[in-house]
Amino acid sequence: MINFSEVYKRYPNNYEALSGLSFHLQEGEMAFLTGHSGAGKSTLLKLIALIERASHGQVIVNNQNLTRLPKRKIPYYRRQIGIVFQDHNLLQDRTVFDNVALPLIIAGEKHREIGRRVRAALDKVGLLGKERNLPIALSGGEQQRVGIARAVVNRPPILLADEPTGNLDPELSREIMQLFEQFKQVGTTVFIATHDMDLIQTLPYRQITLDSGRLAERGL
Amino acid sequence: MSFFNFSLKNHLLRHLQVMLFSLGQLWRQPISSLMTIIVIGIALALPAGLYILLHNVDKVSGQWDDATQISLFIEKNTSSDRAYALNKELQKWPEIKETIYQSSSQSLEEFRQSSGLGALLDSLPSNPLPAVIIIHPAENNLREDAIGSLLARLESLPEVGLAQLDMEWLQRLRSLNKTAQRGITILGLLLSLSVLLIIGNTIRLAILNRESEIRVIKLVGGTDAFIRRPFLYTGFWYGLLGGMTAWMTILISMGLLNGPINELSKLYGSQFTLNWLAGSLFLTLPTIGLCLGILGAGLAVSRHLKAIEPQ
Repeated sequence: MINFSEVYKRYPNNYEALSGLSFHLQEGEMAFLTGHSGAGKSTLLKLIALIERASHGQVIVNNQNLTRLPKRKIPYYRRQIGIVFQDHNLLQDRTVFDNVALPLIIAGEKHREIGRRVRAALDKVGLLGKERNLPIALSGGEQQRVGIARAVVNRPPILLADEPTGNLDPELSREIMQLFEQFKQVGTTVFIATHDMDLIQTLPYRQITLDSGRLAERGL
Repeated sequence: MSFFNFSLKNHLLRHLQVMLFSLGQLWRQPISSLMTIIVIGIALALPAGLYILLHNVDKVSGQWDDATQISLFIEKNTSSDRAYALNKELQKWPEIKETIYQSSSQSLEEFRQSSGLGALLDSLPSNPLPAVIIIHPAENNLREDAIGSLLARLESLPEVGLAQLDMEWLQRLRSLNKTAQRGITILGLLLSLSVLLIIGNTIRLAILNRESEIRVIKLVGGTDAFIRRPFLYTGFWYGLLGGMTAWMTILISMGLLNGPINELSKLYGSQFTLNWLAGSLFLTLPTIGLCLGILGAGLAVSRHLKAIEPQ
């Protein structure tokens, strides 16, 4: 589903964030991306979300070669990927409902379908009663769950998360992880960048660990 | 076919939603929106108001077309029979619509009545006034060059002492009017440009205000067209409302001017009334406004949207 082969990413100041990175993620697999800060985790996720492009090598996601994907097709490509951010990236002046509905509105879904699917997604993350609230009125854990609902509302085959538990206490973090596991169980490929080692050691999923832009080891 | 209908309907519905959403955004910041709209309104009303003024001057001077006339003062030594025959002859010229012959004694009589200097005239040994033929040129002969050549031909007649065009000032007024029209066109273009810049700058600020929102929309797969749309509709609303403000500004100004102008025209015994052009401006001003609005927004969006990419 996600295939990196000999990927390099060099920035204009000659800093090499990724150096010949290769790995493969199966369809429906759940995996963690770990490593020290500065090891290249964010760069790797940016390459998958096509926020940046590789300097060298091939990135193939969902059978699409990202090195050759023209710019005008990027929006349609991104609709196949749900992204969960550490700082939620919610629109603060829109209600929870409007935030979650955004990907469906962008995709031009019918009005009735939008209402149905947004409520289904909010139900899944346990926030069905809060659809009329503004994000500011929610706790950190609840905001993160709104972010997750938005990422999965259009049922993307791939779910990316960048430090989704970074600002949460262990109890809430575990709940968020359980949520991700539920999406894995329905066939979504889930790829989570995190440094919450205590939490992920207890979970039976592959760890892809980066060290200075290279693959360090493969756990489990 | 039914799928096509459905998707077209869906598409239009979405446009309508964005349109109303943009209007709602203006409504949420009433003071700054209103100020922008008024500035646009004034910038559009100024050239339009001047245009109305000139249009009316044109209309007034048009009423005086009939008044263009040439007075031929006949040489003193020409017999009155000869002068009368000349009058008959001139009536056959195609350039001339009609002539009025006024013998020297008729001229004297008219002068006596209008001047009140009867006693003085009686004391003169002979009538000092010449016979006059007043010529109204044919209507298709009123243009400046045509009148000029007619005047030259008449002046070269041996019986004519002096041929005088009475309405030279009218032509001067018209050419002045033409110059002013050119000036207003230039002013209109410059002010349109400033409307373009005002809307462009307003949209630029709106884009910067929603920078983080644009990033999020791009991340969840929003196309450039989707992101552009609300800003274009914002420009559309500014332009449309600005154009309507311009129209109302003109209407109010004309209402204020109407009373004094009617009084003035009554004093001159004229039938003149101010033509507001209200109907045609009602369509023109908002149309120009919304075109400028969409164009200005489009320019701003194409310049600034590219710079905002997810990080």
